[in-house]
Amino acid sequence: MTVEAKLGQVANYVDERTGAAAFLKKSLKKVFPDHWSFLLGEVALYSFVILLLSGTFLTFWFDPSMREVVYEGSYQPLEGVKMSAAYASALHISFEVRGGLLMRQIHHWAALIFMAAIVAHLLRVFFTGAFRKPREGNWIIGIGLLTLGIVEGFLGYSLPDDLLSGTGIRIAEAIIQAFPVVGSYLSYFAFGGVFPGEVFIPRIYIVHVLLLPGAFLALITVHLMLVWYQKHTQYPGPGRTEKNVVGYPLMPMYMAKAGGFFFIVFGVTAFLGAVASINPIWLYGPYTPGQISAGSQPDWYMGWLDGLVRMAPPIETYFFGYTISWNILIPGLIIPGILFTGMALYPFIESWITGDKREHHLLDRPRNAPNRTALGAMSLTFMLVTLINGGNDLIATHFDLSINQIMWGTRIGVLVLPPLAFIITKRLCLSLQRADRELVLHGRETGRLLRMPSGEFVEVHEPISPEKAYILTSHEQLPALDLPAVDARGVKRAGALKNKLRSRLSKANAESVPKVSADDLKQIENH
Amino acid sequence: MSNQLEPIKDPGLPAHVHRKTDTDPKAADRAERQVAAMFGISALGTVLLVVSYVFIPDDIFVFIPVMGNQNAHQLGLGMGMAISLFFIGLGAIHWAKTLMPDHEVVMQRHEFRSAEEDRKDFVATVKEGAANSGLGRRSLIKRSLGAALGLSALSPVLLLRDLGPLPGPEQKMTNWKSGTYLVTDPGDRRIKASDLEVGSVAQVMPEFANPKDRHLDDIAKDALLLIRLRPSEFNLDPDRLAMTHEGIIAFSKICSHMGCAVALYEQTTKHLLCPCHQSTFDVTRAAKVIFGPAARPLPQLDITVDGEGYLIARKPFSEPVGPSFWGREK
Repeated sequence: MTVEAKLGQVANYVDERTGAAAFLKKSLKKVFPDHWSFLLGEVALYSFVILLLSGTFLTFWFDPSMREVVYEGSYQPLEGVKMSAAYASALHISFEVRGGLLMRQIHHWAALIFMAAIVAHLLRVFFTGAFRKPREGNWIIGIGLLTLGIVEGFLGYSLPDDLLSGTGIRIAEAIIQAFPVVGSYLSYFAFGGVFPGEVFIPRIYIVHVLLLPGAFLALITVHLMLVWYQKHTQYPGPGRTEKNVVGYPLMPMYMAKAGGFFFIVFGVTAFLGAVASINPIWLYGPYTPGQISAGSQPDWYMGWLDGLVRMAPPIETYFFGYTISWNILIPGLIIPGILFTGMALYPFIESWITGDKREHHLLDRPRNAPNRTALGAMSLTFMLVTLINGGNDLIATHFDLSINQIMWGTRIGVLVLPPLAFIITKRLCLSLQRADRELVLHGRETGRLLRMPSGEFVEVHEPISPEKAYILTSHEQLPALDLPAVDARGVKRAGALKNKLRSRLSKANAESVPKVSADDLKQIENH
Repeated sequence: MSNQLEPIKDPGLPAHVHRKTDTDPKAADRAERQVAAMFGISALGTVLLVVSYVFIPDDIFVFIPVMGNQNAHQLGLGMGMAISLFFIGLGAIHWAKTLMPDHEVVMQRHEFRSAEEDRKDFVATVKEGAANSGLGRRSLIKRSLGAALGLSALSPVLLLRDLGPLPGPEQKMTNWKSGTYLVTDPGDRRIKASDLEVGSVAQVMPEFANPKDRHLDDIAKDALLLIRLRPSEFNLDPDRLAMTHEGIIAFSKICSHMGCAVALYEQTTKHLLCPCHQSTFDVTRAAKVIFGPAARPLPQLDITVDGEGYLIARKPFSEPVGPSFWGREK
């Protein structure tokens, strides 16, 4: 029997027992648009699967206990050293379990890739406007996944209880303690008494391997179901509209491509795990609160937070004998809180500014949404400056700079550079729009020079293809909202201040270089 | 507005461009062999993995250019796994790109809004359901249900109460008492002033009758730094100067910012630096913060010597050590 016939039998068998033929037929023919940037979310999904697989392997040997043991394993330099059972078992996995070190490194690399892919995917979704109606809910789920990812990653690298990770936990404890009024209580509940106690690692272990992965699974499932149900967005182009999806069907093209891509991501992660050493915990030694290693760095996705904490001004206030540590609260809780809340609410903020409540399935080219693109560049610049300060000690030693200079540079930079990035990016976007306009109106430069009879030299321009001209002009240019402060009778309208703000934002948002219309082209032809 | 102008027309989906494998059966056969070769390489990768697992001992190192000395067992396992996975993926994608039909398909989208009639019915159903439940009219039920739900949320909070004890006085205390001996860490030997040279720094702990009783909880509060300067180098208030002994000054090693060990001492500038967030403390001025996010100096311990010249604490710390918390000064 041929493969086709066998698969046909399977399909028949499934349908006779579930009646799912109609649904499955539609699903297998489902069309997915093709673009490299749509792979970023896939990378995140596949790294998650790799994390589940490699993490499960590690749990077979890892002992999440802070019980004190004396090391008797094969790693000579730590022979006879007192350490926690967690650290000893992490050493056991690294040195005695065959493939254990490989799995540890794959697990850690996959976590870094997972977070990088989430961030890259988020940037793609943001800059192309894919979060707009009807996908606001999925955007919020995405922000939730990003937040969980940061926490999950932090808990994960805290588990081995080495000197570096213990220092990270110590800092987390200081942040918990900084909560006004309840800080000490929260810290005592989390640690079962004073820091470090003996219960913290077992507790975060169950959070790391059960609670958060469960939350991830649930959220990722909803995230994907919504992508499936709402159908994927697509880039603008000839034949692509708000009403259709153009691409390849799930079976067989997408199954092969996406399935193959999973193996590629896994293969690359395994390659990194094989050749690139990561988090060599045996070099750090077991955790003790009295020691530390120079150049203590968190994983990259925590770097911005660490950088913020480092650059915070040394302010504490005392009143009636109570202490508020602004130097911890502002960088550790308040600024991240504002950033993540703002990020989650952005789809609603933008639609409030534009007044656009319609569905959008065609993506924006970033230049055609200058304000949004500038806002993204501004946030990225903020993150980058704080991330640089998170590595200020390493930068100082590598580039022979003084840490004080870097700290002051980033303290000033974090206030000055993001607005600058906004202005520059917005100007760049408008310039690119102007360039698009030129291109459509006058064609592309061929590089061929022509000498006119008069002796003048001119460059020959060639008209661009109708497809290209369509791509460059198919976007919408919404006018700014018109919200007069007074109504028809000259009476001030309710919420005048809010309306004024909204009008202003809307006006700034609608700033654009007029796109070329067919009329413009006709005029040129007649010219 | 440009919106009112006639936009440039959509030329429609471009025609399908045939691939070589679509038209040339030989090219298609070649592609098939390429895909099979990739799957074959993958199989070789798995063989490498098995061989490394079974036959390569874990104490052989091989030199690889760029990467330096690598553990052969580890490298073989990892590379075997990487090859076996990567080439399955590469083969599948090559297969899809060369041999599977690549005609773009157009699928229609439908607006998510339901038909007006359905929407009306839906809203009416919701309203009717709400009315039938009587929630709007019977406010007693609504309020008591709200209260009951709210109260029931207390039980998980209450049940988690035993996660830890309530903060007690131990939060603000250390094992440094009047007369506690300073001992070396590691080693647990008592220290004489003469053991410490001018310019040097040492980590010390309070003496325990049995050093085995010293746990991480103790170290997290007790870790102490001794630094010896020339007495003339200090720039201290008289009462702070009185807490030093022959140029030896003692500070808590736990950072007043977030509790890291303040482990970096710069001899030339006499600054202590915390490697976590770069808070910098000036030893000559009682660990005053001169840079970074820390808001308070490191607590100073009052030290002196006993009759035999061994260093002891004269008094406990006068303030809690480590990071700030709400009731720190209470």
